[in-house]
Amino acid sequence: MSASLLAQVLANGLLLGGLYAAVAAGFSLVWGVLNVVNMLHGSAIVLGSYAAWFASARFGVNPFLSAIVVGPAIGLLGWAVQRFVIQRVITAPVLITLVLTFALDLILNNGMINAFSADYRKVPPVTGAILTFGPIGLPLDRVLAAVAGVVVTLAVHAYLNNSRLGRAIVAVRMDRETSMLMGVKVEHIYAVTFGLGLALAGIAGCLMAVVFPISPLNSSGYLGIAFVACVLGGLGSIVGAIVGGIVLGVVESFGAIFVGPEYSVTVAAVLLIAMLLLRPQGLLGRAGYE
Amino acid sequence: MKTLSSSPWIGPVLALAGGAILAFGLPVLVGDQAYLLRLATQLALLVTLAIAWNLVGGFTGYPSFATAAFFGLGAYAIAVAQQAGWPAWSGFLLAAVLSALLAAPFGFAILRLRGHYFAIASLMLVTILKEVTTGWSDLTGGGMGINLPGAGGNPTAIATVALETMVILAAAALALSMIVAKGRLGFGLACIRMNETAAMGAGIDAPRLKTIAFTLSAAICGLAGATYARWIGYIDPSDVYDVMWSVRPIIAALIGGVGTVFGPVVGSIVYIAFEELMWRNLLTFGTGALGVLIALLVLLLPAGIIPGILRRRAS
Repeated sequence: MSASLLAQVLANGLLLGGLYAAVAAGFSLVWGVLNVVNMLHGSAIVLGSYAAWFASARFGVNPFLSAIVVGPAIGLLGWAVQRFVIQRVITAPVLITLVLTFALDLILNNGMINAFSADYRKVPPVTGAILTFGPIGLPLDRVLAAVAGVVVTLAVHAYLNNSRLGRAIVAVRMDRETSMLMGVKVEHIYAVTFGLGLALAGIAGCLMAVVFPISPLNSSGYLGIAFVACVLGGLGSIVGAIVGGIVLGVVESFGAIFVGPEYSVTVAAVLLIAMLLLRPQGLLGRAGYE
Repeated sequence: MKTLSSSPWIGPVLALAGGAILAFGLPVLVGDQAYLLRLATQLALLVTLAIAWNLVGGFTGYPSFATAAFFGLGAYAIAVAQQAGWPAWSGFLLAAVLSALLAAPFGFAILRLRGHYFAIASLMLVTILKEVTTGWSDLTGGGMGINLPGAGGNPTAIATVALETMVILAAAALALSMIVAKGRLGFGLACIRMNETAAMGAGIDAPRLKTIAFTLSAAICGLAGATYARWIGYIDPSDVYDVMWSVRPIIAALIGGVGTVFGPVVGSIVYIAFEELMWRNLLTFGTGALGVLIALLVLLLPAGIIPGILRRRAS
């Protein structure tokens, strides 16, 4: 295999990884802070993609701009879902919260299939330009989407580390009981965190819409990406989601060449199970634990 | 009388006898009404899978999503065996043995994980088997699916045999579940569910018991898959490896009561009744309505019907 092809595959993987970082970040945050595996995450991303498609088809706004509105809107929805539904069983065993978010996912996904049908839709290219670096060609839209994915994820990381509310979220992630004793309203933090997680999902959806066709059938695939990237990077860690997303993107990209694109999920799944067994704390370790 | 009712074997024997009566009585009652035959077979299938899941998810407390993996593996095992001209009984044997052979090492490895991590790892097995089955098209027919030769003929006869097989399998699973629940294995599993570290400290070989439960469960799922494949006559990866085969038994067990012996049976009846009503009246929002039911169930009756009744009687 030639060096230029390898470089192209690596570049594709990195671009994919930037998007995957955004897909995984919100999921990882919710899992780390609430100890809830949010099965709704994939459908929330698809909802964001549809919102971006709608903004583009109806108002001619490109997904990068509509993300600014779509993210907070879906975040608000997430806040309400956590505050009024999930909060009621937040202390129940793993199986209960898993099944509840799965049920919410069925409702949202079925609703979207009814509203938009399962047909694939596509947002028209934003720039359509192709950047060339020697033998490597990269569509500018993909580069912008990947960069935006990483930037948004890093912005959330900075917010968690520097704002008062962000510190409270991290405190709850580290030690729920102690943060309660320190006067943190854990219920409030849970709702805000879930909202933040779904806002990230909405933004990720807008960015995915730039690159990939949109369909409700994508939601389980997105959920799988979030799972794998999250476990790879380390649970609850935002930087871990970036690392995990990029590793997954590169592995998938090379897997498609060496094993065949039809086994892409198997490659990711084997990677995931190996990771769970050998290094369950993730590549970076679990931030704020132990 | 006291010694009889306290014997650990009376329940399983009754379950098997009841199963045999149902298996050969139902077809006489139902006759050739295709709809009722299908509904009864679906119910028996769900009861079987829910009981199998309950061994791991209920008794042991490990939320497994691998049901669909072993279900699909069993279905493909018998389909490939029949393509090769093997008799039906050896196809069933192959389905059970393959599922158990895969489940033992895989279960031993991933049962070290707890909570969400175990759930995800078990779910991944479904994805892996689905892609491998699709990719290995020489053997499995790939995405085009595979026919079961000899499945042709009178549809009522096929449906009747499927119902009989499925009911007997469900009864056998129930009997096995009773034996496990009353025996040393069930006691060990209950200790693991309540506090695994303490159970290990008390000398319970947790990894071994968990693996046994997971393997038993997988073998039952494999047999259910094989019965399903012979019933349907044509299978493809997106059908038999559908995640809903993992999820529906969990919901059924949740409705009835996770970790109880009869919870999966009661829950399956309620679930199938609801599903039929929904599909008939809310065709386009069937899945969504199912989601609403599950959400309400989890919020209002998290312990399930049987523990709910027991608690009411106790208070």
